[in-house]
Amino acid sequence: MSAPSVSAATLAPHRIAAMVLRYLYLLRSSWTRLLELIYWPAVQLFVWGFLQFYIAQNSGFFARATGVFIAAVLMWDILFRGQLGFSVSFLEEMWSRNLTNLMISPLRPIEFVCALMIMSLIRLAIGMLPVTFLAMGFFGFNVYSLGLALAAFFVNLILTSWAVGIVVAGVLLRNGMGAESLAWTLMFVLMPLTCVYYPVSVLPDWLQVLAWALPPTYVFEGMRALLMEHVIRADLMLEAFVLNALYFAAGVFAFLQLIKSARRVGSLLQTGE
Amino acid sequence: MSKILEPVVAVDQLVKVYKTTRAVDGISFALERGSTTGLLGGNGAGKTTTLAMIMGLIMPTSGTVKVLGAEMPRQRYQVLHKMNFESPFVDMPHRLTVWQNLKVFGMLYAVEDLSNRIAALARELDLSEFLDRPTGKLSAGQKTRVALAKALINSPQVLLLDEPTASLDPDTADWVRAHLERFREEHGTTVLLASHNMAEVERLCERVIIMKRGRIEDDDTPRRLLVRYGRRTLEEVFLDVARGRGEAREAAQ
Repeated sequence: MSAPSVSAATLAPHRIAAMVLRYLYLLRSSWTRLLELIYWPAVQLFVWGFLQFYIAQNSGFFARATGVFIAAVLMWDILFRGQLGFSVSFLEEMWSRNLTNLMISPLRPIEFVCALMIMSLIRLAIGMLPVTFLAMGFFGFNVYSLGLALAAFFVNLILTSWAVGIVVAGVLLRNGMGAESLAWTLMFVLMPLTCVYYPVSVLPDWLQVLAWALPPTYVFEGMRALLMEHVIRADLMLEAFVLNALYFAAGVFAFLQLIKSARRVGSLLQTGE
Repeated sequence: MSKILEPVVAVDQLVKVYKTTRAVDGISFALERGSTTGLLGGNGAGKTTTLAMIMGLIMPTSGTVKVLGAEMPRQRYQVLHKMNFESPFVDMPHRLTVWQNLKVFGMLYAVEDLSNRIAALARELDLSEFLDRPTGKLSAGQKTRVALAKALINSPQVLLLDEPTASLDPDTADWVRAHLERFREEHGTTVLLASHNMAEVERLCERVIIMKRGRIEDDDTPRRLLVRYGRRTLEEVFLDVARGRGEAREAAQ
């Protein structure tokens, strides 16, 4: 009866749409999942927002740097929640023991990854948009006033989050739920190195080398340059983009290799016996 | 001409080794179009690993699997849309309603006229009254029927079943078997059924492959197996094979 196309090389939008629909159905059915998307970014915003208020009242330097902490926390949340949105959607398949059904369907790994990237954007929008308006209302910080720079920050941060999310998904496929904690913690390993709340110059020299190998470091430096010195550092954004392109390609390659390895060791099989 | 005679599933000298365990140890068989074959064996016999290699989920250590002419897993995307699988050990998303789950899988398999296909499956499998209910809230019998609807949504040419009636009450299990028989007759689907349930295999299968420790111990029609082992039921034949009495009898003869 059905006569689907069998082209091996092309992505099928209907299969990507099917997976996005599957996750939207899930979000729609669970108000706790929706609430969770907004809850932590909002808590973070209030903690760092009030801290910024306090410091600004007691320090001339920070009075100049209006919103630097709030911007940092919003940017960090794009990075962290972007990866989490990707990984949690993937984990939903493992939690519901549905992965085998997907792996024996015509869904290709790259289509799966595309659907997870779309879901990461949707989950980020649900969680972050209200928080940016809270930042305006409570702390008078309008992140959208960053204009084009915000777009550059966003693109670079989301690319890093996807690269990490893709690798985490591959490790989960290969090693099963034993690796679940990676999804929640891996990004925090990068947090001190990407210098979210302080300049790279604070780090010891040898750690600075490592920090500059991470694209988000360029974004956070660029953000501080914009907010504190009112300078747009396009060079930093470009360097971050080049690094991101490399890491994203490496992430996809690692994902495909991990699936291949999972087929060898039999970890894609979630049935009995 | 040779294309017409090619088996739907061709397994040749298939081996799967996990570290030091030979889960499947050099098995060969071929399945003809429209046939129903039972894969019998105790726990750890290698049935599920064999099914998984046929689906392209596991890469063989050596040997080949071809499905509809495509080598698995290398050429799997040429044929996955013509295959499907059902197992009580694989769930569907619990929070999604039955209709939502079938819609998602129908889209994945590019089923044409999907709404009508879901409606037809709901009628055939008696799912209509709980199409709008979350799948996780259904009874075991209802979930099995939903899983079967998912497995049949693309009207597969090759259907793989792993203990499809495990944990079902006898009435529901009988109903599922009757539906599978009807579906096979109407669509000419090739069915490979891994099971512990001898009565089920006797009823549904015209051929039985008995596996033990990754090898094929016997392969014949249920009737000929009964005659050869001098038994009245497949269960007795299975026990003979499992306890090595078949080999003892052959040695004595």
